[in-house]
Amino acid sequence: MAQSFPEDVLEHVFSFLNYDKDRNAVSLVCKSWYEIERLCRRRIFIGNCYAVSSEIVIRRFPDVRAVELKGKPHFADFNLVPEGWGGYVYPWIVSLARAYPWLEEIKLKRMVVTDESLELISKSFKNYKVLVLLSCEGFTTDGLASIAANCRNLRELDLGESEVEDLSGHWLSHFPDNCTSLVSLNISCLGSEVSFCALERLVARCPNLKTLRLNRAVPLEKLPNLLCRAPQLVELGTGAYSAEIQSDIFSNLAEAFLGCKQLKGLSGFWDVVPAYLPAMYSVCSRITSLNLSYATAQNPDLVHFVSQCSNLQRLWVLDYIEDTGLEALAASCKDLHELRVFPSDPFDAEANVSLTEQGLVAVSEGCPKLQSVLYFCRQMSNAALVAIARNRPNMIRFRLCIIEPRAPDYLTLEPLDTGFGAIVENCKELRRLSMSGLLTDRVFEYIGTHAKKLEMLSIAFAGDSDSGLHHVLSGCESLRKLEIRDCPFGDKALLANATKLETMRSLWMSSCSVSFGACKLLGQKMPRLNVEVINERGLPDSRPESCPVEKLYVYRTIAGPRVDMPGFVWTMDEHVSSRLSRVTERRGD
Amino acid sequence: MEKGVAYDNDMNLKATELRLGLPGTDESQKEYSSFVKSNKRSSEEMDSSCNEEECAPAPKALVVGWPPVRSYRKNVLQQQQKKSDSDVSGMYVKVSMDGAPYLRKIDIKVYKNYPDLLIALENMFKCSMGVYSEREGYNGSEYAPTYEDKDGDWMLVGDVPWDMFVTSCKRLRIMKGSEAKGLGCQ
Repeated sequence: MAQSFPEDVLEHVFSFLNYDKDRNAVSLVCKSWYEIERLCRRRIFIGNCYAVSSEIVIRRFPDVRAVELKGKPHFADFNLVPEGWGGYVYPWIVSLARAYPWLEEIKLKRMVVTDESLELISKSFKNYKVLVLLSCEGFTTDGLASIAANCRNLRELDLGESEVEDLSGHWLSHFPDNCTSLVSLNISCLGSEVSFCALERLVARCPNLKTLRLNRAVPLEKLPNLLCRAPQLVELGTGAYSAEIQSDIFSNLAEAFLGCKQLKGLSGFWDVVPAYLPAMYSVCSRITSLNLSYATAQNPDLVHFVSQCSNLQRLWVLDYIEDTGLEALAASCKDLHELRVFPSDPFDAEANVSLTEQGLVAVSEGCPKLQSVLYFCRQMSNAALVAIARNRPNMIRFRLCIIEPRAPDYLTLEPLDTGFGAIVENCKELRRLSMSGLLTDRVFEYIGTHAKKLEMLSIAFAGDSDSGLHHVLSGCESLRKLEIRDCPFGDKALLANATKLETMRSLWMSSCSVSFGACKLLGQKMPRLNVEVINERGLPDSRPESCPVEKLYVYRTIAGPRVDMPGFVWTMDEHVSSRLSRVTERRGD
Repeated sequence: MEKGVAYDNDMNLKATELRLGLPGTDESQKEYSSFVKSNKRSSEEMDSSCNEEECAPAPKALVVGWPPVRSYRKNVLQQQQKKSDSDVSGMYVKVSMDGAPYLRKIDIKVYKNYPDLLIALENMFKCSMGVYSEREGYNGSEYAPTYEDKDGDWMLVGDVPWDMFVTSCKRLRIMKGSEAKGLGCQ
């Protein structure tokens, strides 16, 4: 059927499509729709920076305004990816600078960002607006100074939880006096003190500032100065929440909070002095998002404060909240969507707080909208997991970390297969699952059978044999990311499900039983996968084929093997055999 | 490559009386615990329950990336703990009691002498420890207070002068009276 709509009408229609999925679907309808769509796509999301090259992106999408890139695999957060592995953003910035002079937005996660990259960003784009660096590393405050100084219309600067080499706080003073465009500023990860005067003036002259996350060095006594100048704030991250107990500090603080009628989110609270928590009571009832995960306050101060926030939707907190606190939460916060409970003392074998599976069960009972959970605890039972599953069939993200690896049901000493089985069977919309505790192949059978919407699965110290892995790879239709550590999974399941891997973003396996030989075979069989072996101890001298690899990272790509690998990473492809034998020969003499 | 720990059916029976306590206090707990305490000189009970098989998995503190807490968070927690531990005015030590599900932390600088400390511990844990005697220790009492000193040795509370105790005590453990026999007689 001949096309009846003129191009600009179609383009206008497409402009209402914001999700990548929709735009991708539209591109597949016919050649002309593909052409129209690619010319008007403005936002690009690249979940793995090595899955595609900048040349390919630029060739297809000539006029992009926002780019989002992710680098290292998720387990890099837990030091499983060695230093120097990759994820360098500089080559991307060079290409983007050349191709997209009107680029406004760059969001990066787990990438290595240098000061050079930041300087290039600051100088290359005429209308640069948004820089978000989550869990990135490799840059210093000098790089931030370039951004502050050169981006005249900067709207958002979010340093997430990046590792920044903090040379001095002076960089903030580089924002020119005529910069009034800031909407969001997050410097919470920085250690050095920024000039308070400069910060105060910056906040005062940015009337659209909605998000302000300070760093620890900003003292509590000075917080009112900022709040008074930004009563329109929607999200606030305090600095250190501690001061000598003085009534004038308290009253200034309380008065300042009273003026913040739009405040919906709170975070920060380092070194919290509980006596100052009541200063925020006037805003509590409007708070929907509360991050107390760095606040070492204990009960009753902690639970008393949290219970004031009756409209809470998201709570991040330390396990000081204890079971009693979670029971109170379940009673007072009926709108709760997301709960994350972090461990205050993760490396102690013994519990320092009274937080058990009971707290989570209570919240699952009392909070009908609870759909996202991250919970660290020291004991769990199948009964509790079954209860949670039955209470909350609407669960979407469930991440449970029982601190002791392979800990069984503490009541029956059985594996937790039944419990997690109940989770995947009842929670039909489950998209993300992290498991822990004692688990056999049976739990993977349940997962393969029931978890049809599961997109991301994290497994550690679990399973008995390859059939565990096979169940997951053959059964989970929506699986995109699979990360495994310390499980007895080997070659069989991997090779039997090779084609599945092309339908996923990535697979990570470390301290498992996958051999070099199998990796080679996989790499040779599947040219559109990069099969990367990470072996910090170098290649094995004898019988390399059957030796297990330390770490394996497999991802689909249309960019071919990468060229920036360090010495301890090998791509397993058809050329690898000759490379391997050359290396072992050299080591022989 | 280690397999997942296959739990032994025999252990189930014993372990229905499962209690949480220090590793080494109850043999059956060791089956699934991969945590190995690295005292310089462990007491007799701790050595006996640590056979080769169970010691094969690495001590938890040395398992890379477990538990999965992000480095950023780990650093912040460590900083804050250091701050509270090295409180100039305080000398905080952990106190555990056999059979109790969690630990407490107390500031021993708050107490002036052994009797004060013992009374406080008895109140905190609702137990009776009796009176210390140089020859008999806490013989006859249901519980006995012990502590780990700077060298990693476990000693009976009361053996050394108070001031020496305050500066050398790293942590306290309230042991069952029957198990405390023989401590300090090394």
